[in-house]
Amino acid sequence: MVAPRACFRWLGIAVSAAALSAGLPAQVAPGGAFPALAGAGLDGGPLPATEGKVVLVDFWASWCAPCKASFPAYSRLQSAYADRGLVVVAVSVDEDASACAAFVARLRPSFATVRDPGHRLVGAVRVPTMPTSYLVDRSGKVRFVHAGFHGEQTMRELRAEIEALLGEGQAGP
Amino acid sequence: MSRARLRLALLAALGAAAALAGGCSTASAVRVHPWERATLADVAMNPDRDPVGTAMNEHVYFSREAASGGRGVGGSGCGCN
Repeated sequence: MVAPRACFRWLGIAVSAAALSAGLPAQVAPGGAFPALAGAGLDGGPLPATEGKVVLVDFWASWCAPCKASFPAYSRLQSAYADRGLVVVAVSVDEDASACAAFVARLRPSFATVRDPGHRLVGAVRVPTMPTSYLVDRSGKVRFVHAGFHGEQTMRELRAEIEALLGEGQAGP
Repeated sequence: MSRARLRLALLAALGAAAALAGGCSTASAVRVHPWERATLADVAMNPDRDPVGTAMNEHVYFSREAASGGRGVGGSGCGCN
């Protein structure tokens, strides 16, 4: 006789196995490498040099309300920390190129903005929400992830994290 | 229930659970990722984007249908409140 408890155990194993078999790629998380921006098929201006720099990669969209608030804040970060080695790159996930261009023209950010037309990069990163920003250290490793933009709270955390990463020093020659 | 029948029932249940979980997680299921929500974020997708227009439509609705209170307004249409 098979005990009911054993039935439930096997049922749980079967459901877990089926869910795992879906083969979803994992989200990029702290400790992992961030995918290369070059070669990701990004539209827009030339990508800034990021090698050996602390990079803040922000995924945004013109239809995302918190993104409007985040742009001026990231411009301030870029102005404050660029000379110490911070590079901000904003990756739009807009399918509509004109909406993306209008957003950039209206907010005039001081950092690089590019567009991911085929969602190749964002699909590889698998952002959990819009916007999401990734703080990448000088070696190219993701150190902090900010899901959403929560105004001054996010900025306070970002400043502390950027200071810490910039303080880790330059990578070797 | 015999042991063989119970085992058969267990296998059938496992198969059904696996098919259900697999079906919910394959590409055939609609999954809108956070970066694909441009259309959902459009103002036209908000059913309450025009409160004045909604109030007018409600007024027309309950006037024509004699359905005052039928869409969640306080009271049940009995006239007692």
